[in-house]
Amino acid sequence: MKFTLSWLRRHLETSASTEAIAGCLTSIGLEVEKVEDRAASLASFIAAKVITAEPHPNADRLRVCEVDTGSARMQVVCGAPNARAGMTGAFAPVGAVIPESGMVLKQSRIRGADSSGMLCSARELGLSGGHEGIIELPGDALPGTPIAAVLGLDDPVIEISITPNRPDCLGVHGVARDLAAAGAGRLIPGTVDAVPGHGPCPVEIGLKFGGSGPACPIFAGRLVRGVKNGESPAWLKRQLEAIGLRPISALVDITNYISFDRGRPLHVYDADKLRGQIHARLGQGGEKLLALDGNEYAIDPADCVIADDSGVLGLGGVIGGEASGCGMGTVNVFIESAYFDPLRIAATGRRHNILSDARYRFERGVDPEFVLPGLELATRMILELCGGTPSDVRVAGAPPARPQPIDFRPERVRALTGMEVNEGECVRILDSLGFGVQADLLPMAVRAPSWRPDIHGETDLVEEIARIHGFDKLPATPLPRLRAVTGAAVTRPQNRVRLAKRLLAGRGLMEAVTWSFLSPRMAELFGGGAPELTLANPISSELSVMRPGLLPNLLAAVKRNADRGMGDVSLFEAGPQYAGDAPEAQSIYASGVRSGQRFARHWAAEQRPWDVFDVKADVMALLEQYGAPVDRLRMTADAPQWYHPGRSGVIRLGPKNALGAFGEVHPRIVEAFGLRGAVMAFEVALDAIPLPKARMGASRGPLRSSDLQPVTRDFAFIADAGVSADALLRAAQSAAPDLITAATLFDLYEGERLGAGRKSLAISITLQPKEKTLTDAEIEKVAAAVIAAVKKNTGAELRG
Amino acid sequence: MSEIEALTREMLQAVEKAQDVAALETVRIAALGKKGVLTERMKALGAMGPEERKAAGAQLNTAKETLNAAMAARAETLHRAALDARLGGERIDITLPARPETAGAIHPVSQVIDEVIAIFADMGFSVAEGPDIETDFYNFTALNIPPEHPARQMHDTFYFHPRPDGERLLLRTHTSPVQIRAMETSQPPLRIIAPGRTYRCDSDMTHTPMFHQVEGLVIDESTHMGHLKGCLIEFCKAFFEVDDVRMRFRPSHFPFTEPSAEVDIGCRRSGDEIRIGEGSDWLEILGCGMVHPAVLRHGGLDPEKYQGFAFGMGIDRLAMLKYGIPDLRDFFEADLRWLRHYGFAALDIPSLAGGLSR
Repeated sequence: MKFTLSWLRRHLETSASTEAIAGCLTSIGLEVEKVEDRAASLASFIAAKVITAEPHPNADRLRVCEVDTGSARMQVVCGAPNARAGMTGAFAPVGAVIPESGMVLKQSRIRGADSSGMLCSARELGLSGGHEGIIELPGDALPGTPIAAVLGLDDPVIEISITPNRPDCLGVHGVARDLAAAGAGRLIPGTVDAVPGHGPCPVEIGLKFGGSGPACPIFAGRLVRGVKNGESPAWLKRQLEAIGLRPISALVDITNYISFDRGRPLHVYDADKLRGQIHARLGQGGEKLLALDGNEYAIDPADCVIADDSGVLGLGGVIGGEASGCGMGTVNVFIESAYFDPLRIAATGRRHNILSDARYRFERGVDPEFVLPGLELATRMILELCGGTPSDVRVAGAPPARPQPIDFRPERVRALTGMEVNEGECVRILDSLGFGVQADLLPMAVRAPSWRPDIHGETDLVEEIARIHGFDKLPATPLPRLRAVTGAAVTRPQNRVRLAKRLLAGRGLMEAVTWSFLSPRMAELFGGGAPELTLANPISSELSVMRPGLLPNLLAAVKRNADRGMGDVSLFEAGPQYAGDAPEAQSIYASGVRSGQRFARHWAAEQRPWDVFDVKADVMALLEQYGAPVDRLRMTADAPQWYHPGRSGVIRLGPKNALGAFGEVHPRIVEAFGLRGAVMAFEVALDAIPLPKARMGASRGPLRSSDLQPVTRDFAFIADAGVSADALLRAAQSAAPDLITAATLFDLYEGERLGAGRKSLAISITLQPKEKTLTDAEIEKVAAAVIAAVKKNTGAELRG
Repeated sequence: MSEIEALTREMLQAVEKAQDVAALETVRIAALGKKGVLTERMKALGAMGPEERKAAGAQLNTAKETLNAAMAARAETLHRAALDARLGGERIDITLPARPETAGAIHPVSQVIDEVIAIFADMGFSVAEGPDIETDFYNFTALNIPPEHPARQMHDTFYFHPRPDGERLLLRTHTSPVQIRAMETSQPPLRIIAPGRTYRCDSDMTHTPMFHQVEGLVIDESTHMGHLKGCLIEFCKAFFEVDDVRMRFRPSHFPFTEPSAEVDIGCRRSGDEIRIGEGSDWLEILGCGMVHPAVLRHGGLDPEKYQGFAFGMGIDRLAMLKYGIPDLRDFFEADLRWLRHYGFAALDIPSLAGGLSR
């Protein structure tokens, strides 16, 4: 919403400065977006009369002019073809800043002639209308007058953003009312006296809705005969131009003016183009409208249209039709002033994608009780600017009934805002905003004005009082502490996600945050892409499906980094993935990828690519850190399809509960992302890791450690290639579970010497005696049991 | 000087002259070995009379102790010299680069969420969550945004295809649905914050289709808008780590709060840089207000008994302001150079006790 200061002053008697008014607007909720004070940048430019303009002795195209600046006579050199004696131009003295270039004008000597200033073109001053040559000001402009005043630009334009609940402020009068309530001036009453008609309106008006509800509850109109349409007067054109509207003709400009002046859209028809009764009704299939914007619209049966016997004249409250519009030749004008259902206007506007000032106002809700005053105001202005004879007013329907009064307890202001506003002030504010207050009742009965469709209940009234009283008076009050020492703010599962990020970052992975959606192709590669997880209105097909996992986005990020020359990438993300559209189907994963070399080339470090056991270490570190029962975990070789089938695993706690997967990414997937070389990946379902049981609270119980030295024994077994290390170690441990505290694998050999399908596994077991040192015989006995158990469970033989 | 004293002096001189452990051993054998001069003298004690033996024995013992001490000291000196000589030859180039370690980093979004949690935790808030895929009810209707409300157009909602029952799920456009879920599952007094992902069908210089918000909600029987102001001022001071901050509450409109306010924070802009807590410019940082009675009713609470405030802030925006990150779109690119530059060390865990940032 834009208006000039002078326009505002037609509704508000005020001595406040532009800055003060702007500050007040923002403080009452009418946020100022911009104050455009065109006079400010033109302050140093004045009107000057050219006394003489002689050809420059040394340059054909230049003239040496003597100008009268009101206070002095100056010589300036000018190249404009229209510089001539007797004209009045825009003079820039030495020291002025030229708006177009930002240059400071200097005293100069041009081809031997002194030049003390400049006569400016419109473009140099940042003004529109860049015709050839220098600006020619009206001849009656007194030399020395600031050109902003001469050009009528000394009127700041204020632009405010209006929240959708305040249609009343889409007219300058409503803005003035709010300002007056806040003490920025006195509201000039906007009452409009009726214009007596000269005989009945010959144009019939009707509402034809049957039982379809109040799409247009009231429709009023009147005919003005014998008008003379033409250009609007300068003041009207200037106001419209200042807010960015193009003046068209007096009749049309009047409707635009009232739309911005009172938030009351109107429409004018050339009455000689109307056929029969003019009425509002719903659209019919097959109807078309050539609208004033030059587009043709196919009318929908849900649109409210204005029609006559010839068909649709316009989309009511949205846009008028080309055929029945007023032109310069219009002699008899029919003025329409109606009220339309906001929801229907919004739907029609969206359906046809029409953004008009009328739609903007009607869909937010114009004042239904200003239908007739608006019509009278338009009549007045038409008579004033175009002459003519008005008919009586015709009205069909009635404005919707006003809502019931609201019970208001002034103490609610304090209860909800903490501000002390006394009852008298509450009543004053409500009254000045146009509310009807019965203050002698308890609770008070408050009736909202017809222009405030946003007021429904007591808290709305509290808000009105609070915003006018001033949010700067809200008493900043600390929240009372609930407890002396605050407890945990996050749950244990929430904290686990936070710490998982820090653990992985500590392990050298960079945390990424990537989109929750991706392309259908990538989703399908990772088992996703279900219809219920596909967006109906994505911003692009690349971001149209909810991600089934975090790896695809991470792999895409690896590719982006590789393309920028960064090939060694370790990335992780801890965030949501979506197995379905129900809340339970969203789960938190910590997933990562490692690609490229483990270390950059280095004089003392092993250079090797990342491998499966690096990412297995990431997974195990996460699981251990978060209290997963590591000794009960099982590995299975059935990782999802996006992993290399032979170089990947799933970590399970029981057969159903998969906690995560890790391995080399399937070469097919690597290729699909345009990557080269092996990429390692892991995924951990953070929600699936059981929380450690807090049997003893935080206590860890006593440490039971033996003073007796542990004994280690090493074994090498020859096993079939299919025997897993895990099975072999578990078998060894099972030989003497009380005594063997650890069994680790320290060597793996697969080679020709053993023959195909065979491998050698070297393990070390640690025996921890509990009561007395073990004798050699006892140790040998355990060793024999280990060998026997391994053979029995895995078929592996001790290596000879 | 007795003969033994003379002998001792002679041997001490030999000890001092010994240039290595082997030479010292030779001296020891000459003095105290099986046939050493002192050993021979000791052997001779047996042939002496008691008085003479006592005097000579004492003299010999003194000589032996003196010699042993001298040899031990010399041995130590020789050891040191030998070690020094060896270490002198063991020089490495200590300017050679250390073994590389790959440093990870925490994303600014995670860091700022942790900072926000640390501050609100101190004010008694706990963290609540809700799903990204929401129903129309939680995202709009329960928040007092009826189906045809123009605010639904303002929200640029991502929708899923309608389900067979006609229900059309959506991606939450704000974290406010968590307000309703929290009211449904817990009884007042409530103090929650809900950080999370939010989505709007928007993409340009300053908007991304996904971004992060944190919702705040306080419900009890007496919390008013002054508390909201106090709470947010304290938050901004703590978050931006400044002693004082200018804040401006401007009346605004949100369907789910009443009265509603937008909050500006005082700052100074110079070029691309924005400094919070200085200067005379204003920067909008959040929207807030008193929870609308209709929202309380949708949450199952009686607005005549309960009241409170709610706010919503952009986390990415907070991160940009605090850490001088110029472009929102870079947040989601996972560019290693960006992550290294704007990321945080794993151990930079924000806490009020330790300070939010280093």
